[in-house]
Amino acid sequence: MDHAPALGASALPVDDDGALTRLHPNYSHALRVQTVLGAIPFLAVSLGLEFAQIAKGLLPQGAIAGPVLLIALALVIRIPQSRYNARGYQISADRLRVVRGFLWRSDTVVPFGRVQHIDVDQGPLERFFGIATLTLHTAGNHNASVSLPGLGEDLAREMREDIRAHIRRESL
Amino acid sequence: MSELRRTAPLSVAVGALGSIRSAIITGLAIAFSGIGDANRFWVALGVGTAAAAIGTFGAWLKWHRLTYAIGAEDIRVESGVLSRSARSVPYERIQDVSLEAKPLPRLLGLVAVKFETGAGGADDLSLQYLSTAEGERLRQLVRERREDEQTGQAEPGAVAAPAAQADEGDVLFAMGPGRLLTFGLFEFSLAVFAVLGGLLQYVDNVTDLDVWNVDLWWGWLKEQGSTVATLGPYAQALGVVAGAIGLVIVGSATGVVRTFLRDWGFTLTRSARGFRRQRGLFTRTDVVMPVHRVQGLVIGTGLIRYRFGWHGLSFVSLAQDAESESHVVAPFAQMDELAPIVTAAGFRLPDDATAWQRASTRHRTDKALLDSALFVLAAIPVGVFGPPGLFLVPLGAAVVAVAANLYAWEFRRFALGEAQIFATSGFMSPTTRIATRLKLHSVEIAQGPLARLRGYATVHCGLAGGSFAIAGVPLAEARALRASVLETIASTDYSRLDGPLDQALSGAQSGFSANLAAT
Repeated sequence: MDHAPALGASALPVDDDGALTRLHPNYSHALRVQTVLGAIPFLAVSLGLEFAQIAKGLLPQGAIAGPVLLIALALVIRIPQSRYNARGYQISADRLRVVRGFLWRSDTVVPFGRVQHIDVDQGPLERFFGIATLTLHTAGNHNASVSLPGLGEDLAREMREDIRAHIRRESL
Repeated sequence: MSELRRTAPLSVAVGALGSIRSAIITGLAIAFSGIGDANRFWVALGVGTAAAAIGTFGAWLKWHRLTYAIGAEDIRVESGVLSRSARSVPYERIQDVSLEAKPLPRLLGLVAVKFETGAGGADDLSLQYLSTAEGERLRQLVRERREDEQTGQAEPGAVAAPAAQADEGDVLFAMGPGRLLTFGLFEFSLAVFAVLGGLLQYVDNVTDLDVWNVDLWWGWLKEQGSTVATLGPYAQALGVVAGAIGLVIVGSATGVVRTFLRDWGFTLTRSARGFRRQRGLFTRTDVVMPVHRVQGLVIGTGLIRYRFGWHGLSFVSLAQDAESESHVVAPFAQMDELAPIVTAAGFRLPDDATAWQRASTRHRTDKALLDSALFVLAAIPVGVFGPPGLFLVPLGAAVVAVAANLYAWEFRRFALGEAQIFATSGFMSPTTRIATRLKLHSVEIAQGPLARLRGYATVHCGLAGGSFAIAGVPLAEARALRASVLETIASTDYSRLDGPLDQALSGAQSGFSANLAAT
């Protein structure tokens, strides 16, 4: 139980509908950068179209790129925050609960006793922001892997050790 | 025991016969193609003989270069003529050993032995072909080895059955010709027309007759049509009825023939080590499934056969059956015949005491509205642009969609037993799924925007080798369901289950007995 104080996890009562722990604040920044990167191709195409039609003089200036830019701005401001707010997790003595989805909500609980192996991944963006993704693999066909992105780097490793210790304790 | 062995020498003969068969086709093609003028028959004969000889030599070479060894811990197979490959499969990873005898090998007394590891399809190790006796011996041996490994570490005496008895058990379910005939009639299929289409294509390729020439058929139809037209309306109506009856007869006959080919001599036996299924008229298969590998049950039925009380039972496990994800253990049986099989597998059928909970009525309403909305939307352009009256067709379909959904709700329900979880679903007939609570791996509550607004959810349970989802559960009930299932799961570690991957052999036996006790 030496790992318990690190998270205070084992002390929590089992309540699968309780309050969620928020993800690392940097995760919302990472999501924002992701959304911007996703919007760039659309902006590029709309700018291309814009220049093409300025040459022909069909529409007033900014008729294509303007709305696209506005929509992209709105999405970049709104979506990452909503997605961030919709996500959360809850770790208790013997299970991890992962909640995600802004429109399509999914609320998954994986008992540590059913975890086959654990991954901690970091993409380039995640490394820049100092966050990591924790992925739990189970033997079930549905939810064969449950991933929890946006954890602080150290926290993700700590959680991995925590779950691993639990597995070893159980199977001894 | 680790000396190198070869597969049965007669398997060279099987390979040779196969290559001779393809050589004959090549020869015929040359003989009728016009290569080499007058001498073409000699050319064809020469090419055919050469092809057969090369094929036979290839078969011999392959046979010569394939060796297998039964080691202390694994089975090793080395194969390959030019590039060699060596594969080793540890005994504790072998899910089951199945024997398959296709018609030709069966005549020669050979079987293909396949070691199922759960890796799926092509990755499984198989030996083609061994003599029937050798195949049986190998299967017995693998089973003994696995038991040795398990008893070596688990409590001694947990496995009581001596291996010699392993294959002889009680017959749980068998289908005689009469049952097969009934089953075949319900397997009504018009697939024969697809086959006919394929044959036509073949005729088209081989002969000069251009079957895709529309004019040819049109001319033929007109000829027939004018004959029919002279007969008057009654005769025409009679013709339609006769045609329909013909379709029914052809469809039923196809079903019966296919069923006889697939399920002839269907026998399911229960022995100390597991279930054993044998079936097939020409291609005889023999599959063994250990009891503790069964992850869940699916009881399916059909639109019409349900009305006569016929059901089919399959086992969900990580090993795959021919083309589907679960093993059919009783394709066509009455409920009271299924009950002993279900009990033998360590499960229990829902009974009167089972507290069924229905899906949310809001879910029913939403689904009916959404499904019919599609047809109503389709009716608008049809009403505007189509001929008058045609818009009634999509509107009618919308009404049918509503009715079907209302009826489907009757079957959409679930229940939480002491050790199991039940769910049924289906449009016109119910499919029942049963899983052991202990053998679930995760529980997810999923909600779309509409579901959140209306307060219901779909509960997905992680089941190894299959799926288990319950749609339209009211949110509060979904949470309660998850909480109680998780309580069961979290109390036992994976390694103490008789897990599908057999990760911890030490816990295997205790997990099995705990599971049996729980059910």
